[in-house]
Amino acid sequence: MRLTDSHHLLASREAPLSDVSGTIRRLNIDGPLFVGLLLICILGLFVMYSAVGENNRLLLNQIIRLSVAIVAMLMVAQLPPDFLRRWTPWAYLAGLALLLLVLTKGDIGQGARRWLNLGIRFQPSEAMKLAVPMMTAWFLHDRQLPPRASDLLIIALLIAVPTYLIARQPDLGTSLLIAASGVIVIVLAGISFRLIAGLGALAIPGALVLWNFMKDYQKQRVLTLFNPDSDPLGAGYNIIQSKIAIGSGGLFGKGWTNGSQSHLEFLPERDTDFIFAVLGEEFGLFGVLTLLALYMFVIGRGLYIAAQARDTYSRLLAGSISLTFLVYVFVNTAMVTGLVPVVGVPLPLVSFGGTSMVTLMAGFGILMSIHSHRKLLPH
Amino acid sequence: MSLLSPIKDHFAERRLFVGRVVVSIFVSIILLGFVVGRLVQLQVFDHEQFAEKSQGNRIRIEAVPPIRGLVFDRKGRVIAENLPAYQLELIPEQVNDIDDTLRRLAAIDLIETSDIARIKELSLSGQRFKPVTLKFRLTDEELANFAIQRPRFPGVDFQPRLVRHYPHPELFAHAVGYVGAITSSDLQRLDSARYAGTSHTGKTGVESSYETDLHGEAGYRHVITNARGRQVPASTNELLDALPADKTPGPGSNLYLSIDLDLQRLASKALAGRRGAVVAMDPWSGEILALVSAPSFDANLFAVGMSTAQFSELQNNPDRPLFNRAVSGTYPPGSTIKPMLALAALEIGATNLTRKNVCIGYFTLPNSTHRYRDWKREGHGAVDIHDAIEQSCDVYFYEISQDIGIDNMHDYLTRFGLGSKARLDIAGEHTGLVPSREWKRANFSDRDNQRWYNGETVIASIGQGFMLATPLQLAAVAAAIATRGIRFRPHLVTAIEDPLSGERYLTLPELLDDVEISNDFYWDTIINAMHDVMQGSKGTARAVGTGAPYEMAGKSGTSQVISIAQDEEYNEEEIDERLRDHALFIAFAPLDKPRIAVAVVVENGSSGSRVAAPIARAIMDEYLGFGGNASD
Repeated sequence: MRLTDSHHLLASREAPLSDVSGTIRRLNIDGPLFVGLLLICILGLFVMYSAVGENNRLLLNQIIRLSVAIVAMLMVAQLPPDFLRRWTPWAYLAGLALLLLVLTKGDIGQGARRWLNLGIRFQPSEAMKLAVPMMTAWFLHDRQLPPRASDLLIIALLIAVPTYLIARQPDLGTSLLIAASGVIVIVLAGISFRLIAGLGALAIPGALVLWNFMKDYQKQRVLTLFNPDSDPLGAGYNIIQSKIAIGSGGLFGKGWTNGSQSHLEFLPERDTDFIFAVLGEEFGLFGVLTLLALYMFVIGRGLYIAAQARDTYSRLLAGSISLTFLVYVFVNTAMVTGLVPVVGVPLPLVSFGGTSMVTLMAGFGILMSIHSHRKLLPH
Repeated sequence: MSLLSPIKDHFAERRLFVGRVVVSIFVSIILLGFVVGRLVQLQVFDHEQFAEKSQGNRIRIEAVPPIRGLVFDRKGRVIAENLPAYQLELIPEQVNDIDDTLRRLAAIDLIETSDIARIKELSLSGQRFKPVTLKFRLTDEELANFAIQRPRFPGVDFQPRLVRHYPHPELFAHAVGYVGAITSSDLQRLDSARYAGTSHTGKTGVESSYETDLHGEAGYRHVITNARGRQVPASTNELLDALPADKTPGPGSNLYLSIDLDLQRLASKALAGRRGAVVAMDPWSGEILALVSAPSFDANLFAVGMSTAQFSELQNNPDRPLFNRAVSGTYPPGSTIKPMLALAALEIGATNLTRKNVCIGYFTLPNSTHRYRDWKREGHGAVDIHDAIEQSCDVYFYEISQDIGIDNMHDYLTRFGLGSKARLDIAGEHTGLVPSREWKRANFSDRDNQRWYNGETVIASIGQGFMLATPLQLAAVAAAIATRGIRFRPHLVTAIEDPLSGERYLTLPELLDDVEISNDFYWDTIINAMHDVMQGSKGTARAVGTGAPYEMAGKSGTSQVISIAQDEEYNEEEIDERLRDHALFIAFAPLDKPRIAVAVVVENGSSGSRVAAPIARAIMDEYLGFGGNASD
């Protein structure tokens, strides 16, 4: 096709490439992004090894998940943005259909209906993490930017329906992240800051409505945030123990696998949502800042890729994927340090868990694809 | 390519987008800045506070109970010790279904079904991570049985502990007493800091009254625990840089008893199959040489814990094995008080050494037809005060009782310690009773009964009626006669030893008020008479004392359990065993330099001289080195 041809043209015009970087280019891999992600994963594996009590089997498990996720990223990187864009509405509709199926036929785990068993067990809400920003970007792709009010209404609907369906499961954390990924697209599309401020003001009554929809355990989490000591053995326990773990880590930590809070089981959910506290306890401020710096690097690279992207769809999608990643990082670290309520968001690429890792890496695969196919528009 | 979207201004759009990305980067930096700020606050500024909390999380101060002091007899033989044993424990927070677990433990006979409710209550009341003891001592068989089934009982485990052990479980059950599991009522009395980690406390006898000495000082140590309160080995955590110093517990003091194991065993054997008590003491110091109450029980049952069924069987046994008859049992002293009354009569002039009364088998008060009968139906004939004691003539004492009067009687008997606690160094003593006019006034409600009657003085003179004494008091009486009025406070513990330094603190003999008698000859009179009781030609217990290799003195008593009607004959054979007379005997030896004073009470033993006296003789033989087989 024409696109592929111009890609080869572009490549041949560049300086002579070594064999390795040539291969990397041909595989549509973005070197800096790939290295940044790998460093996060490697640091994460070290923390994971300690968090699961030096259990080799569980560590291997995580390595396998990571490998699967990286393979998924590399595969997605081979799909050109135009291809993704063409299939976006169908992916979105299929995602909605699966969400409806989950609500009626899904498996129940821990009081929530999140899993669907179609040969393999998975969470359709994970797929929506990508489908929603893709759909929003698709919708805005050939429209005038900044979007008009009527467009905004349609977009709001496109975001609200999956958000509502996921909140019904109930999975408040994921539904908020998905809403955020859609909203980020609108913001990046250039919606006026005045409008954002207005919507922000609307968020207050909205929050009150949301409060009424929340389950008791969700309300409890919010209440506990403001006063964790009120219930030190119950809902506040996680936050108190996680703050103790991080705080006792000090500047350089207690040393790898020497965290007493995690190894003596004071820290709950230490291999999943609270793994950041294990890092903070064992590697100290030095360790957590290193991880945050790596995250920032990945996010920065993602935004750079977005800015370089060749069309509206790619730009908005790349920007949304990068900034949603930031939201993940922020919500998890803020929650573990007691800044925001415990909403059950894992630390991206570090926490134990399969599906979310694949989704995240697939997102970075999209970024890589977008970067490989940049600057093809004639100016 | 611009044809694809003709109305779009791509450059403006891109500028707008880049602007938004720049804003996003700012927002990202601000958001992560919050997190970084928070991290700096937690890890730099509040680091010390959290480091302390993390330390406090994992380090628990655990009380280390002291080792309880040992108890030895007067020759240094072990009476109470501590032996390692495995006990079965349950940690409430690790048990999912407490009812089910306890039921299944009962099904394999590790606990009794009747104890399930009690154990459940215990495990729900304490801290969830603190173990509750299900059984204090597992037999080898139970241990093996449980070890196999252990995986079926999460939260149930066995632990080695030192358990109190009594090598002679029945011999000292009353004197030394026993320790038992600390109950909620004990906790109100005990200092919780000193008893943290201690599972047992003295409940009776020496174990209870010397609890402060025996217990020792609790120590503590720092242990590393995980979130569930389970202790983890220190080696798994390299962070163990500086644990605060531990405090080793101070072991409890050892006690040396004045009791002689051989004497105690002999007395216990002599009382085998009977209900009764023996108290022997050194008249010149108050040291108790033997203190036995029969029947007895296995003191180890309390130390290792028994089932509710076992306990109620002990409690409901009609022979009352838990009852310490030696200090708490009260009996009419009968004729054993005659030497004291004789002394009183001589001292106050109610009789003299030459006065002879003719005993015709009964006595009547003036203007009355009621016959107070002598134990010897045909009478003793003409008797003086010596004969009256030797042959235990009731009529002689009936007659002089009218001259002594109840007030003097009360006065002299009280001087010998009757009617008040002997203040032995264990609890549970009964005061006994020496009746008086005042006592009657205070203890009877209707006017007629508040008066003191002459007839009551008559029967009081042979230790019947209202009068009651404990075996311990009677032993003290024998001792006071042996020393001619010098009295010592009886005690069981002669020395308290610091197990670390080996220093011994001796219990000094404590002098009590003397029984002062103006003429020493009066003492000679009654002591000679008591000698003849055992070794004279007409003594009531001559069958017991004659032919002994040393000289001794004694006095029998046979006290009525039921009153016999005027003309009824007391017939031992026909009377229900529990309604037969109590047999009593007091004695001391050797006559010239008394070293041992004994009181023996055999409930429903029928005859003091025939049943109680031989026991007293055997004990004195043993103590003075004339026993048949000292090592037995």
